[in-house]
Order: sequence, then C-alpha cells, then structure tokens
Amino acid sequence: MKKIIKYLAIVLFLVATAAVTYIYIQNNTIAVLEPKGMIAEKESNLIITASLLMLIVVVPVLILTWFFAWRYREGNVKALHTPDWEHNTIAEVCWWGIPLVIIGILAIITWRSTHDLNPFNPIVSDKKAVKIQVVALQWKWLFIYPEQGIATVNFIQFPVDTPVNFEITADAPMNSFWIPQLGGMIYAMPAMRSKLHLIASEMGDFRGVSANLSGTGFAGMTFVAKSSSLADFEEWVQTVKQSKSQLTTESYKQLSLPSQNNPVASYILLDNNLFDEILMKYMPPAQ
Amino acid sequence: MFGRLTIEAFQHDMIEYMADVSMLLGAVLVIGLLTYLKRWKWLWTEWLTTVDHKKIGIMYIIFSTLMLLKGLVDAAMMRAQQMMAVGQSMGYLEPDHYQQIFTAHGVTMIFFVGMGYMFGIINYMLPLQIGARDVAFPYLNNLSFWLFVSGGLFIITSLVIGEYAGTGWSCYPPLSGIKYNPGVGVDYWLWSVQISGAGTMLSGINFLVTILKMRCPGMTLMKMPVFVWSVLATVILVIFAFPILTATAAMLTTDRLLDTKIFTEDFGGSPMMYINLFWAWGHPEVYILILPAFGIFSEVVPVFSQKRLFGYTSMVWAILAITFLAFVVWLHHFFTMGAGANVNAFFGIMTMIIALPTGVKVFNWLFTMFRGKIKFTTPMYWFLGFVVTFTLGGMAGVLMAIPGADFQVHNSLFLIAHFHFVIIGGVVFGFFAGYSYWFPKIFGFTLNEKLGKYAFWFWLIGFLMAFTPLYLLGFMGATRRLDHYNVPGWQPLFIVAGIGAALVLVGVGFQMLQLLVSIKDRKQNADLTGDPWNGRNLEWSTSSPPPFYNFAFTPHVHSRDPFWVAKKGKQIEEKRAYHPLHMPKNTGTGFYIGALSFVFGFALVWYMFWLALLSAVGMVAFSLARLFEKEHEYYVPAAEVAKIEMGRSE
Repeated sequence: MKKIIKYLAIVLFLVATAAVTYIYIQNNTIAVLEPKGMIAEKESNLIITASLLMLIVVVPVLILTWFFAWRYREGNVKALHTPDWEHNTIAEVCWWGIPLVIIGILAIITWRSTHDLNPFNPIVSDKKAVKIQVVALQWKWLFIYPEQGIATVNFIQFPVDTPVNFEITADAPMNSFWIPQLGGMIYAMPAMRSKLHLIASEMGDFRGVSANLSGTGFAGMTFVAKSSSLADFEEWVQTVKQSKSQLTTESYKQLSLPSQNNPVASYILLDNNLFDEILMKYMPPAQ
Repeated sequence: MFGRLTIEAFQHDMIEYMADVSMLLGAVLVIGLLTYLKRWKWLWTEWLTTVDHKKIGIMYIIFSTLMLLKGLVDAAMMRAQQMMAVGQSMGYLEPDHYQQIFTAHGVTMIFFVGMGYMFGIINYMLPLQIGARDVAFPYLNNLSFWLFVSGGLFIITSLVIGEYAGTGWSCYPPLSGIKYNPGVGVDYWLWSVQISGAGTMLSGINFLVTILKMRCPGMTLMKMPVFVWSVLATVILVIFAFPILTATAAMLTTDRLLDTKIFTEDFGGSPMMYINLFWAWGHPEVYILILPAFGIFSEVVPVFSQKRLFGYTSMVWAILAITFLAFVVWLHHFFTMGAGANVNAFFGIMTMIIALPTGVKVFNWLFTMFRGKIKFTTPMYWFLGFVVTFTLGGMAGVLMAIPGADFQVHNSLFLIAHFHFVIIGGVVFGFFAGYSYWFPKIFGFTLNEKLGKYAFWFWLIGFLMAFTPLYLLGFMGATRRLDHYNVPGWQPLFIVAGIGAALVLVGVGFQMLQLLVSIKDRKQNADLTGDPWNGRNLEWSTSSPPPFYNFAFTPHVHSRDPFWVAKKGKQIEEKRAYHPLHMPKNTGTGFYIGALSFVFGFALVWYMFWLALLSAVGMVAFSLARLFEKEHEYYVPAAEVAKIEMGRSE
C-alpha cells in the first residue's frame, strides 16, 4: 500500500510537471522552435529531425537501464546470474553497428545542411535584397543602410519576404549577432567582415541579441528586428531621413564610446563608406 | 617597489568584503586550531612534505572540496541574480561583479575541482591498482601537487587583492587584451593557469611513466583494469594538450606585458587564433575530466553487479578512439565564427563520431548489469544517475555538433544545460561514485549508506530542476552570462532553476552530514578485511587504509580482475620472509617551489619585476639543491614491515 502511494505520487508529480510545462510553452515564445523565416525554419526542422534520430538510441538506453537495474537486482532469485559472461560478438557488433548507421545518416544530413545553411550563402529570391551593415559597439548595435542612406541603433526594419543581407563586424570585443526567430547567429569580430543572410516570412517584431560576452554592458545589447510591409518599410526610411542627427566619421567617434542600455536612435548617413572605414582601422598599414 | 600595487587593490564592495573576511576567518581558525593542538610539526612532516601518493591524493581531494564549496557559492549567487534581474529590477549584483562571479565559477570548477578530484583519485588508486609501491617520480608528484595548490590559491587571492577576471573562464581576446581589460584580473587568470598547468603537465608525465614502467609482474597492457586504461588515455591527452594551453597563455601574457600583438585585432594579430588554440587544449581537457570518470564507473559497475566487466576489449578501444578524436573536434566550439561549410561540416561529423565509442561504453556497462546480481549501493546510484543525465546531455551534444543546429543554440543557455549535464552528470557523479566506493579503502571505514542516498536524490532532482529549464530557455533565445534580461516570461524558469540549485546545496549538506556521521560511527563501520565490497582489483587486496608501502610483497598477476580470481582460486598464501622495502624520503622542496611560484606569479601580475626575478632564482636554486641531495630514498627494515603486517592479520 505504501509503495502504491509512493508510485502514485511520482506519477502525479510528473503529470503535473508536464501540464505546467505545456501551459508555459503555450504562453511563451519558444523562439528557436517558432521560426518566422526560411532559415530559422530549416534550422528548426534540422533540430527536430536530428533529435528524433538520436532518440532511436537514447530511448532504448534509458529503458534498458531501468529494466536491467530492476530485473537483475540482487533480491531477484529468478533472474539468471552469469558472473563470468563478458563477451558476445553479436551484441557488440550491434552497439557499434546500429549507432554507426545513425551517425552515418546524421553525417549525411550534417554535410548537406551545413552547405545549405552556410550563413554566407545569399538567399535566392526575385525581390531585391536589403543590405544592412552591422557594427557591434561597446554596448550597442549600429545598423547602417548604405543604400537608403540611413543608420540606426538597436533597431532594424526591413520588408517581409525580402532577403536581408547582413554584413557584420565589430568595433569592440567580439559579439555574436543573433535573431533567433529568423535564423542562427554569427560572430561579430573586429577586423573581420562576416555575412549573414536572413529572410522573414511574417510581419512582426523579433528579438535580437548579442550572444557573446563583450564586457560590462553586454546584457543590454538587445535590439528589435521589425519585419513589415514594403510600404511601411519605405515610409519608415523616409521618417528616419527626417532625423536631426547625422552620422559622420566625427559623430561615429562619439557614438562608439562605451555606453549601456542605449535607447533606439536613428541617423542620416552622411559617410557612405563608414563600414569599410571601421574595418580598415584594424588593417596593418600598407608598406 | 610595489609595481602597480596600491591601496586601491584592497578596496571592494560590501559583498566582496564579506567573502574576504570569511576566507580570512577560515584561515585564522585553521591556524589557531593547528597551534592550539600543537599540530604544526605533524602537518609538516606527515603531510606537506610527503611523497606518498596516497597522502597527496587525499590532499588533492581536500583542496578540491574547498574549491567546490567556493564554486557552489558562485553558482548560488548567479542563480539568485538571474531569479530577480528582469525588466526594471537589476538584481543585487553590478554587471562587472556578476561577470567576475561566472568567470570564477568556471575557472574554479574546471581547473581546480574537476581536475583536482580526478588527479586526487588517480593519485590514490592508480599505484594500488597496478600493484606499485608509489608513482615513478614521487618527489615530482609532490611538486605537481604544490604547483596545483599554488595556482588555486593564486586565483583566490585575486578576490582579496585586485580583481577577478570578468571575461568568462575562456578569457577570449580582444576582451581579455590590454586594450579592453587593463586591470589585473586577466593577469591573475593567466598566471594561475600557467602555474597549475605546469603541475598538471608534470603529473601527466609522472603517471604515464608510472603506468608504462611500474606495473607489477604479469600485468600486461590488456590485463590492466579499465580505470588504469582510462588514466593512461587521460595522461596522453594531458601531455599533448597542456603545452598548447601553456603556449597560448604565454602568448596572451606577452601581448599584455610586452605588446607583442599576437592576438590583438589590429597590426596583423588574430583573436581567432587564440580561440582555436584555446579549444585545441579545451576540448581534450573535457576528456581529461571525463575519461577517469568512465574509468571509475568501469570499476564500480562490475563490483556491484558481481560480474565481469562486459566487453573489455571494446572498452579499451573505445577509450583510445575517444583519445584520438578529442584532438580533431575543437572547432565545434565556434562554428559561428564563419569558417566555410566544408570546414564546419568536417568538424561536426568528427564530433558526432565520438558519440559512437561513448555509446559503446554505456552499452557495455549496461550489459555488465545484465545477468548480474546488482547491489544498490550509493556508488551504483551515482552510476544510474549518470547514465540518465549523461545520455541526455550527450544527445544535446550531438545535436550541437550539427553546425546548422548549433547556429541556433550556440552560446545560449541550451549550451550551458548541455555541458552541465555531461560535466555534473559525468565528472561529478563519477567522482562521487568513486568517493563512496573507495572511501573505505582510504580511511578504513565505510560511509553511511542512508545519508549517501539522500544526498544522491537531492543532487539528482536538484540538478535536473536546475538545468532542464535551461534547455528550454536556450530555445527561447536566452543567452549565457546575462546579468539582466528584459523578457518577463523567462523569470519562472529561472526561479525553478534557482530552487533546483538550492536542492543541490541540500544534497551537499547531506554529504557533509554523511561524512560527520560516518566518522562518528567509524567503529561500527570499520573495514577490517580491506575488501568491504568483494572487490576485483589489487587495491582491495591490501589493508584499509593500506600501509605506506602499499604491498609487503609485490603482487603477481595472471589475469584481469586479479584479486577476484585469487579469491575464487583460494590460493594458499605462502609464508614468505619479509624483505626490507625501498621507499622515497619526504622532501620540502616541492612545497618551497610551489610557494615561490605563487610569489613569482604575484610579482608579475603587479609588475614587481625585481621580486619576480628573485623568486625565479629561488625556484631554480631549490631545484638545483635537490639535485645535489644524496639520499632520496631509504630502506624500511624487514622487521618493521613484519610488525605492520602482523598488526593487520590480528
């Protein structure tokens, strides 16, 4: 009787945990598994496929562990005891072999998906891509739209269903540029030009962050990535162009000084080569 | 005179002062107690200068336990901060202080808890398992230990004098470069890694030679216990990997001290090179921690299943495969750096392949249980807990080996959950299994089983509660190392994680209680036979605790599980005459050099170059003086051996 109550309590606890978890998941955004763009969707599918494949081995291991522990407990006189049995070729071939097959399948998936999801690959689309240059600063994100002639801090907007080409660098310690609902991250490193190609399939505000420690104000390096209609995007560009602040080589120096939890800001871009100038700062002087 | 050391180095905020004061009080208490009990001489001659591998092993474990408690306090502080710092609330810690705490947590747990525990157990058990009197180089072993302790105390000192590094335990430039981090924190980290790394390297060499040259007659490689195999693989990893760390840390040091611009972002330096080199050491390091744990489980499972280890040959090849693969997977720590698809895919696939030998080991342990007679002792509990956590953590690891998937979870809390599942579930549970399994051998009485199991359950449930939510948080876009976040929806999960951490602390409390109660009841639980579990390997054939010379007669081995076979065969022990035993003499040199290495590092951190030179000269002088000492060894007279052995059989 006491045992039954114990098991009942455990089952009840597990059911309650599962229910609470379910409600929690329903009420919160599980960003990586709720993709809003092609790249993130492929990555999410990849995560799910790979996990299911691995469960083919993991589930039997967990069941066997429990079953063997229960079946071959010392008190169980019915169970066989073979103290010297230490080798069985067929069994060992099985657990080298079956996981090998699964790893083989995973390896093929890995090879293909890695080439497919290489962040440097441009996204094929009949729409013209929007180019955004990203500079990680101490402790904010500067976004430059060279084609629109504007720049922003901690906020980006772009049209839905249109590829966005990010060029990423840092004028600060290394950061990592990540918009989970649109796709995976890439490092923002000084003196390096990383590329990332994303696309949004829905309109909305998506959370962006830095995923790599870069010093005191790192936790505040969040930004909003807004996907909107083309008309809204163009209207937004026009609004930014009315901005009183200008981004020049001089005002960039001011902006790049360390600061924390920066509010959103927008600028008219007067120096179209700013991104390249930031990169070239770190290059060795020409001979 | 004092370089850049000024009074400012001693000024901290309230929380740090409290930590400083409590450490100081602890030190005063220990010193007072030793003085009151007049134990200084005893401490010096019996412990600090010892070259006995058993005593050194115990000292490693004591030191690492102190470090573990410190690391747990760090962990609790982080959990508390993340429970509250959402939205308007900034929590109780400043960002800089929070960053120092997670750095301290990582450094402490990896370098001084994981490594210390593993080397402690290796020190104690390895010579016993191969039937040796001591390690190959007993004095070197003592020196290794003191360098390790010196490195540990050194990084602790940064809490009192100066500051801790706030760069994360991996200390990536450019953040750790002089430009962004001119303070002393990174320098403390660098010299701590150098000093303790030198100790680890010497240990590696020592144990490699010990295993290859000191095995007792008859113990061929394929008759060695699997624990010994795992240590052999571990020390091979140490010998190949630690020089990389030493060189990398040295280059970062010259960058900071001499402006060499190797890892700077400008003037042709490359921070990416540091990251590559760091993980070229860092990934083997993971296996340096986990392989001995695998070895421990390979001892525990057959003994408590009362059955031979299944698939010995597979086990050995699996260990060797892991050893090799450990060196060709480092890039998986930074798929997001932007290497080409071919490079990323290669390292991803190599990483997955490691799952094969690891999985084979799990299956072999399970089939050791199959048709066994399993006794559910505390070590076996830890093993079963390990299988669950390690399998789940390993699965997350293979997932992250796929670059396309890693792009979405890298540096998120998913990663944190993964490596805590494998490191706590693997290394820490492995150590606890070994601790409760070998405790009677080391101290001569068994641990309280009931309290041990309570501790296990609190640890397991607390651990699952603390880290399972982090998988979900990672998927929700929560990155690691956040002192504050702006998504209120995350807070409930952080609170669950915090409660989990609290349960783990209760588990630790039960372990302390277990130790106290077991000491109190040591008479009832005394292990007079030397073999309380019906063990299989040579360490159980000697008394508990073993005499300082381990074995009066060198064992001869004819098969695997030699002691178990000998017990079954009921060999009639021949009465043999005792011989005088050749043993190493204690020496204070290791202690002096360790202490001077501390001064050396301290001087360089604070730019007191005269002192650095002086202590360097001192270290060389002590090493040379040791070379000119004539008598390093002595003979234990046969009569004394006889007396000790008679006392045992009575």
